[in-house]
Amino acid sequence: MSEKQIRVLVAKPGLDGHDRGAKVIARALRDAGMEVIYSGLRQTPEQIVAAAVQEDVDVVAMSLLSGAHNHLFPKVVKLLAEEGSEDVLVLGGGVIPDADIPYLKENGIAEVFTPGTPTGKVIEYIKNNVRQA
Amino acid sequence: MELVQKALKGNRRAIARLISITENEEKEAVTALREMFPLTGKAHIVGITGPPGSGKSTMTDKLVKELRKRGKKVAILAVDPASPFSGGAILGDRVRMSDLNLDEGVYIRSLSTRGKLGGLSKATHYAVKILDACGFDYIFIETVGVGQSEVDIIKTADSILVVTVPGLGDDIQAIKAGILEIGDIFIVNKADRDGANRVVIELEMMLGLNAEKDEWDHPILMTVASENKGIIEVVESVIRHKEHLDKTGLLGKRRRERLETEVLELVVQNMARYVNEKFVKGGSFQEEIDKLVRKENDPYTLVQSILADTVK
Repeated sequence: MSEKQIRVLVAKPGLDGHDRGAKVIARALRDAGMEVIYSGLRQTPEQIVAAAVQEDVDVVAMSLLSGAHNHLFPKVVKLLAEEGSEDVLVLGGGVIPDADIPYLKENGIAEVFTPGTPTGKVIEYIKNNVRQA
Repeated sequence: MELVQKALKGNRRAIARLISITENEEKEAVTALREMFPLTGKAHIVGITGPPGSGKSTMTDKLVKELRKRGKKVAILAVDPASPFSGGAILGDRVRMSDLNLDEGVYIRSLSTRGKLGGLSKATHYAVKILDACGFDYIFIETVGVGQSEVDIIKTADSILVVTVPGLGDDIQAIKAGILEIGDIFIVNKADRDGANRVVIELEMMLGLNAEKDEWDHPILMTVASENKGIIEVVESVIRHKEHLDKTGLLGKRRRERLETEVLELVVQNMARYVNEKFVKGGSFQEEIDKLVRKENDPYTLVQSILADTVK
């Protein structure tokens, strides 16, 4: 009998083409037994949310290194809510200045992981905070 | 079920939830599928299979765009393998289809095999039924990258496209049994590479040798999917194959056979689950095995008594 597996969309919003961090996270989550859908580069918030809805993911994990996080991350949260998917856990990662983190959290980003975070910490956070079916 | 009603009206979140419910075999799964089954049978189901890296996702993306131009609603099920160690998976087929994300007439779902061999996941059958009932005209199923024996797609698809590329091996590869026997349409992708003509000739030979002739001509087409070359011809062949299946009555025959297989598989799955729950987890399984170890009983008698109990 299949067990419920955590489904995660790993997405790269914005215009930077650096997906090494996203791929490391994708691989770590896979090794933790999760099903990871990888979006590919340069996705708009609308594309990310469409993919999240169609894939019925529990988590959207975004990685961004271009500096546009204060605009793009909250936009994803807002669009998810419009689709009725406000129970999806939204995480941010990448080069995010500490000063921006409170703003992101106020706008629905559950947690922000900056460079150097051990992957184990991200996995633990997801397991503890994901929606219960 | 409310969720079913929403899905039938085209709500993608509801469709996505229903697929998850069946994939996880949640309690409501049977109720939902029961409601939807009478509405199925209208979609044309296209399987795309072939070795890893042959361009299945790119091909799917391009074929779907062509069908969208013709006003068809299309769903895509993209299956990727689960890790045998962690059970996790990286499902990366969407990367090649990201322009389709925002098209209201397209629904894309990635599925992990969840440990099932054969090139599809157990949930694929269910997802196809849900999408069919929800009114998609075409459902594309992209299998995992297959070798020679992952032929489960014949249990699900009406038309099967086998995608191959130049440079995989000599002609002995082509006469091996397996995926080359199940194709309705053969596609030599990346045909701008050296050796494409030779692959076509090898496929022609292999198909010419097939003892069982039918009226379908098994077209072999050359494409460069990344440049959109040859895509219209593939779409035309799919439509022609669909008409051929209708005209000859093969469609009904194939679908009937598939129902037979599906029922038998579900019976086996459900019995296995029942036995597992009743005996292995909750019953006297270990004591029965102890008896076998002590030679007080034999496995064959034990199996018969378990089965007798299951069906009573």
